[in-house]
Amino acid sequence: MDALHARISANPAFHALQAKRSRLAWTLCAGVLAAYYGFILMIAYAADTFRQPVHEGAVITLGVAWGAVVIVLSVGLTGIYVWRANREFDRLNARILEEAHRESHR
Amino acid sequence: MSLNARLLALLIGAGLPLASLAETPAPERDLNTIAIGMFLVFVMISLGITFWAARRTRSTSDFLAAGGRISGFQNGLAITGDWVSSAALMGIAALIYSTGFDGLIYSVVPFGAWPLMMFLMADRLRNLGKYTIADIVSVRFSRIPMRTLISLSSLVFVVGYLIVQMVGAGTLISNLFGIDYTAAQVIIGILIVLYVAFGGMIATTYVQLVKAVLLLSGASFICFAALFHFDWSVDGLYASAISNHPQGMKIMQPGGLLTDPISAFSCGLMLMLGGAAMPHVLMRFFTVPDARQARLSVFYAASFIGYFYLLTFIIGYAAIAMVMKDPRFLDANGLITGGANMAAIHLSEAVGGSFFLGFISAVAFATIVAVVAGLTIAGASAISHDLYANIFRHGKATDHQVVKVSRISAVCLGAFGVVLGIAFKDQNIAYMITIPFTVSSSVFFPILFLSMYWRGLTTRGAVAGGAVGLGLGVILLFLGPTIWGEILGHGEGIFPYKYPALFTIIASFFTMIVVSKLDDSPRARRERAEFDDQFVRSQTGVGAEAPAQH
Repeated sequence: MDALHARISANPAFHALQAKRSRLAWTLCAGVLAAYYGFILMIAYAADTFRQPVHEGAVITLGVAWGAVVIVLSVGLTGIYVWRANREFDRLNARILEEAHRESHR
Repeated sequence: MSLNARLLALLIGAGLPLASLAETPAPERDLNTIAIGMFLVFVMISLGITFWAARRTRSTSDFLAAGGRISGFQNGLAITGDWVSSAALMGIAALIYSTGFDGLIYSVVPFGAWPLMMFLMADRLRNLGKYTIADIVSVRFSRIPMRTLISLSSLVFVVGYLIVQMVGAGTLISNLFGIDYTAAQVIIGILIVLYVAFGGMIATTYVQLVKAVLLLSGASFICFAALFHFDWSVDGLYASAISNHPQGMKIMQPGGLLTDPISAFSCGLMLMLGGAAMPHVLMRFFTVPDARQARLSVFYAASFIGYFYLLTFIIGYAAIAMVMKDPRFLDANGLITGGANMAAIHLSEAVGGSFFLGFISAVAFATIVAVVAGLTIAGASAISHDLYANIFRHGKATDHQVVKVSRISAVCLGAFGVVLGIAFKDQNIAYMITIPFTVSSSVFFPILFLSMYWRGLTTRGAVAGGAVGLGLGVILLFLGPTIWGEILGHGEGIFPYKYPALFTIIASFFTMIVVSKLDDSPRARRERAEFDDQFVRSQTGVGAEAPAQH
């Protein structure tokens, strides 16, 4: 293994960052898959629910509304990931790299 | 072709609806001078961009990755340009116009590719790649077999997608502009070659960007003008659509579309995983300087594309409300002239008059040209960077030679596209869109995913699994209800499902895992050991390709 890579790999902060990142990614992933497959499964097996209006007297049905919510939710979850990655994760990452470089100049 | 098939392919952002135009030739139109004038303006602007870009294109990095100097925002718009074709506007509107809610499903499901791409792939891909997706797997796997498999699969993907776009485009353009089909093909071919061969990725990026802005503005105008017509009442617009449509209230409700759960699941998986691993979209990650900008590009692209899909919720129903009962747009039998695919186009005339109709027609043309340009540069990079520089010349080609081969490949692909477009004229090519999606979901996605997430993957396993995914995909598509059943006239398929993705994805993953586990060669042990290096690089960006300096 490359020496710089080995130093990064030996830093517990790297593994902490990595674990944090993948926990967030997989949680968001599960949310997205649930929203999408929920949508598809509702259409396939519970279409009657989707035929109900969003409220008494409305023309917009729960199906149409859920469709729009799934799109907005996807953009929102994508935004959460980018926000945390570009602020928190990138800062932690920069610190890990800095430590590894400093050690190599010692 | 069944409605289901048409629905499906559609929203892949691709050509199905366009393709289905080919089945119902619309009445000859007169030359549309406003549309042609506006399109000429677009051509002049885009050629100006190409001229400017050509002077800044010197190295391979400039040509294939715009020198890594595109910002996240610009790249997000360019990705939107790659993803949203005019099929998306016209096709979704057509589906909603005919079926209501069932058409809407195809606005929602393909969008799932975006969050998945973000969470699972974007950072790591940017940190590992250089110009093409084959670079990502070359970090720890054996170069020649992996690049051969990936670049050939990329070419299958590009050519399949190209045929759908070219045939759909020729028909659409001859309808909208009143020009000859073959002439439309040649115009598209010439423009593509000019953009890509001279301006490379820089010109392609800015052409995509301009097109995305035009398409988003056009669709927004249609949407808001229609809402204005109904005093900004979404309920009023939907109520009017319900009273116009023969199916009444049913257009707001799920119909009989997803009654077969295996097809629904398979189709959904193909759209999500396939959409998350398309080579012409992923190579755009290498045009930005770092992982941070790559993430921003995905976020901007997801926002613009999501916004566009939300607009279709209004546009489709507005077409029912404003076009379906307007005698200007109906033929002698009371049916919409030019078929349901023209619903969005007629709606643009209903809300904005003939000037806006010309604008939307020009945008549709620009959209096709931009999508084809994106595919062409993806194909050219597979030929020049993967096949020529890395396999044929073993990485010893000079920058100058690679750029030259890229330019020649772009010219050949452009010419090949025109030939295919003419050869497949009037054929039912709608099923072809399942080819690129089956390839990307069963070859690219499994290889990329396992190479980044599983230490155990070896070259032998990846190549075996990819070959199984590709081969099985082609065989099952051939034996399925569309080709074997409809086109070859056997009534039904030997393989019962239209979308084999569920089976090919499982077969591909399974083969990769089993073959890798059984692989105990010294090379396999080395590749597993190199996972740690690759992992650190994919997470931190150490050793990632930096943008070119000038």
